[in-house]
Amino acid sequence: MKKIVIVGAGTAGTMMANKLRKSLSKKEWEITILDKYKTHYYQPGFLFIPFGTYTLKDVVKQKDVFIPDGVNLIYGDVDRIDAAQNKVLLSDGKVFNYDFLVIATGCQTRPEETPGLKEENWYKNIFDFYTIEGALALHEFFKNWQGGRLVMTITELPFKCPVAPLEFVFLADAYFTKRGIRDKVEIIFTTPMSGAFTKPKATAMLGKLLSEKNIKLIPDFYVESIDNENNIIRSYDGKEVAFDCLTIVPVNMGDEVIARSGLGDDLNFVPTDKHTLRSVAFENIFVLGDASNIPASKAGSVAHFSSEALIGNILEVINGKPMTHSFDGHANCYIETGFGKASLIDFNYVTEPLSGKYPVPLIGPFSLLGNSCINHLGKLAFKTMYWEFLLKDRKLPVSNNMSMAGKNKD
Amino acid sequence: MSQKTYAGVVLELNDEGYMLDKKQWTKDIAKAIAQEENIELTDKHFEVIEFLRDRVSKGEGLTIRSIGKSGIVDIKGFYGLFPGAPLKLATRIGGLPKPVSCV
Repeated sequence: MKKIVIVGAGTAGTMMANKLRKSLSKKEWEITILDKYKTHYYQPGFLFIPFGTYTLKDVVKQKDVFIPDGVNLIYGDVDRIDAAQNKVLLSDGKVFNYDFLVIATGCQTRPEETPGLKEENWYKNIFDFYTIEGALALHEFFKNWQGGRLVMTITELPFKCPVAPLEFVFLADAYFTKRGIRDKVEIIFTTPMSGAFTKPKATAMLGKLLSEKNIKLIPDFYVESIDNENNIIRSYDGKEVAFDCLTIVPVNMGDEVIARSGLGDDLNFVPTDKHTLRSVAFENIFVLGDASNIPASKAGSVAHFSSEALIGNILEVINGKPMTHSFDGHANCYIETGFGKASLIDFNYVTEPLSGKYPVPLIGPFSLLGNSCINHLGKLAFKTMYWEFLLKDRKLPVSNNMSMAGKNKD
Repeated sequence: MSQKTYAGVVLELNDEGYMLDKKQWTKDIAKAIAQEENIELTDKHFEVIEFLRDRVSKGEGLTIRSIGKSGIVDIKGFYGLFPGAPLKLATRIGGLPKPVSCV
């Protein structure tokens, strides 16, 4: 029996388990998927928890529901991957040999990487909403908060769900407006980037929204440390921003197992070919999702779009053929803008987010770089699409590589 | 796109002031670009620029973090040498493309 092992049963790992089991004969191929935790979180839902729109039950399900029959789901702590020996070793001593390995270990927030972050005020007036604990703690804090300086800070690039910090401040603007205390809340957004986003058209659109909603943008701010005593964030070049409530995207790093295995870069991301999704170091190792270092967004949509190229390439390699599938870096993200509206960006490695209609030219129904109620409905509907379609590898009516159809080239 | 003369050499620059033909770069050109930013380049500046040029020639990405771990300067030191937006500034002075912020 030949063996494929998938390390990580999050979004990417679960999708690959479904794709691989469908594509490979049960008589010839044993597929094993490993994870530490039994719960699967719908991470895009965490954004809504501080504002009371979602609660815990909206964002959590059990992992085993999504793993198909015929795939061995093993809960355990992976100590390391011995790539030279084609083995995965668990801390309890179990060993899983493999012919092919899919690394899908994701990325996590590391508040300990920033001096002063995970100290006395952590979850008192300093929060992340990237973990369920942080999102719930922030919800409790906001419930009784009467206003002050709310600072949203991005510590370092890359981080998962790149639009989430913007969505957060847009939703905060709407939330405090609805509570009648927006004039008592000063909202500030700091980022190490030079603008609200990276590419020109999206940066202009998002920058304009920030300005319209009276949210102050402080670019080129690279956080060095947090001063708990004085409630200040400090940058490496000595700039300071004071806060009453700090919401932060901590440094994001790949899983520690990647570091222990000697497979990662200085942020524990696995060097991966950005088109084939194969590890640059080992021919029988593939990487899907946030765990890789490909220069695409760390987002579920990227894991989804790249998974088609990946399954195609794995099957070709298994059959001794050259890889012909190429991922183009396609990502798409709804951006909640508050008050029942959202925007949508759709882009890839070479094409920045452009305006237009998605997925059907002229008809849409979603408006690219626009700001519409229908986009917001799309974002909300996505939760169902995620649980019912994406994870279970049911086909969605959109192309995997980015399409120029419906886009305005100007 | 525009043309500008640095150290007696006419350079083609993109809209953001980055050199289009990287092969034209010399230390004198670097000094001239830096002077526009009121920076006088020292050996330390050039050590960092060489580090960046080396990484780019190997196809490796540029991050402030990796410069901080390079052993040449720490992150604070990097900001001290190239104030404001150090990576953008160092690459422009060093005749390298603007680093791609992939988010």
